Amino acid sequence: MKIHEYQAKKILDQYGVQIPRGEVAENASKAREIAEKVGPNVVLKAQVHAGGRGKGGGIRLAANPDEAEKIAKEMIGMTLVTHQTGPEGKLVRRILVEEALDISRELYIGIVIDRAREAPVVMASPEGGVEIEKVAAETPELIFKEYIFPVTGFLPFQARKLAFKLGLEGESFKQGVKFITSLYRAFEATDASLAEINPLIVTRQGNVLALDAKMNFDDNALPRHPNIQQMRDLDEEAPLEVVASKFNLNYIKLEGNVGCMVNGAGLAMATMDIIMHSGGMPANFLDVGGGVSEEAVKNAFKILVSDRDVRAALINIFGGIVRCDMVASGIVKAAKELGLKVPMVVRLEGTNVELGKKILEESGLSFYPATTMKEAAEKVVPLAKENR
Amino acid sequence: MSIIIDEKTRVAVQGITGGEGTFHTQKMQEYGTKVVAGVTPGKGGTTHLGVPVFNSVSDAVEKEGANASAIFVPAFAAADAIMEAADAGIKTIVCITEGIPTFDMIKVKSFLKGKDCYLIGPNTPGIISPGKCKIGIMPGHIHTPGKIGIISRSGTLTYEAVDQVTKLGYGQSTAVGIGGDPIVGLKFTELLKLFKKDKGTEAVILIGEIGGTAEEEAAEYIKEEFQKPVVSFIAGQTAPPGRRMGHAGAIIAGGKGTAKEKMKALEQAGSIVAKSPAEIGQKVKEALG
Repeated sequence: MKIHEYQAKKILDQYGVQIPRGEVAENASKAREIAEKVGPNVVLKAQVHAGGRGKGGGIRLAANPDEAEKIAKEMIGMTLVTHQTGPEGKLVRRILVEEALDISRELYIGIVIDRAREAPVVMASPEGGVEIEKVAAETPELIFKEYIFPVTGFLPFQARKLAFKLGLEGESFKQGVKFITSLYRAFEATDASLAEINPLIVTRQGNVLALDAKMNFDDNALPRHPNIQQMRDLDEEAPLEVVASKFNLNYIKLEGNVGCMVNGAGLAMATMDIIMHSGGMPANFLDVGGGVSEEAVKNAFKILVSDRDVRAALINIFGGIVRCDMVASGIVKAAKELGLKVPMVVRLEGTNVELGKKILEESGLSFYPATTMKEAAEKVVPLAKENR
Repeated sequence: MSIIIDEKTRVAVQGITGGEGTFHTQKMQEYGTKVVAGVTPGKGGTTHLGVPVFNSVSDAVEKEGANASAIFVPAFAAADAIMEAADAGIKTIVCITEGIPTFDMIKVKSFLKGKDCYLIGPNTPGIISPGKCKIGIMPGHIHTPGKIGIISRSGTLTYEAVDQVTKLGYGQSTAVGIGGDPIVGLKFTELLKLFKKDKGTEAVILIGEIGGTAEEEAAEYIKEEFQKPVVSFIAGQTAPPGRRMGHAGAIIAGGKGTAKEKMKALEQAGSIVAKSPAEIGQKVKEALG
């Protein structure tokens, strides 16, 4: 799960990570109020789940509360387009108003789980303020890593090593060690999957603070962090994805026009792939779960038919423990109730497949049957093209 | 022949009295798996599905000689269940449970270091040596004893591959689901090492997906050490970056873990890479000549 910058900073603050003074505002007068408190010079930052905000006009400076109010008025309600939002952009509903700081250096700190090492890794780089992938590609020697030992946790010498590598000295060094240590504590305590401070700044006065903050969390661990779960912002997610998550379905909206409904995540991805190999583009990823309950089929059907981009759909079910005849009845029931609005190719394989096919045939509904994945994909792609 | 499990494997089911545990224990028994014990703390001394239930895994090992375990306990208790099984001396631990937090798995893997056991999963359909033993939730009847080894990060996609090779007249020596999470027990490379030694395995199907670098590591091993034919398929060629594709582990993060990179690595290592999932069986046929 992703959260906003202001939410990440609130969490980090609780663990002793130094952040600039500031608050979130949902209207211009509130922005003015905050500027009066922490200003006069403030930074106004659009709160959306996307990077690259600065270039799109999502981060602006104000010299006094009047100006802060004026800029806030322009920003709140604007549609922010960055390289991560897509051309449609994202509506800015709130902004973070923070004290403007006198920056002397911009550094980088990030924590992720290293899957190959099976441990968290703290990464630091003196090259802050730019995308870390770029640094990794161009100057990998400027990224320093410390892996966490699961038994001991993050050790003081590791924090010191990184702080030295960042070139911190004196009071800044002390603050840097505390900063990195606190950041790791926050990462572990919240079951985060990413904590990224880019840039981490050193002010002219030598203070070390998180100018930006990004945190993602392990979805599997959210049930033990109800306070973080509450930070989910449904406005930032595609509407159909929100509906799907209520039904406990794994659904991701994509760009194409061939809808698909599949049981199992791997098979669902493979189905998307075969649609592409047949010359089409998938409209979504949709996994109804290995076990495919009747309920899941119906809900998935609802989502498929309410996506206007879907011109034809492919249902691909491998019946293992769950029988194809049961799945077929579920599909027929859902189609009768919700209507067959687009051509649907149904491919069933596995347990009781003949019975399943018979149920589809005798339903009186005009499904397009297919035996193999290849045949199904080759049928559905032209159907989607014709039905434009 | 087969790897890891065979007709001598004696299985304890952790969480046997739960809904999932009950259902799949029955299916395993029908398949012919020797389920010798169940473990549900507090229900020791009772019998479930004709199997004695114990309070702890160590009791199941001591009294019934269990040497493998199938875990069907809820996500937040699963890490503990794995470690209990390892501590009791279980050799093969198969964790079916989905949704275990990553930090729990980091602790588990650290705990398992130096212990003489295999962990399969979590978030896996399990492992099957057709005709001998099945530990997991896969449909037994689509499998046939034979000479193809299968290693996969997926569930139903594996069934698809099994079905394709079975229909072409090949069977499987052992099919293993390694699990769809970021951190799992046995990975491709460790299993390839076992298949290398298994005289009954003539070719291996490797089914990977986006996320992580396990496929690249496997490619490295195949290039250096593995002579049997390997047919591979990577799911998620059309997956967008930054989105979790169902499995917790299936995510392209920081530009890493794309299907393209993995396919390239495998191809360069000498594996036959199926671009379409429909070609997996056919490629096996070509590989075996």
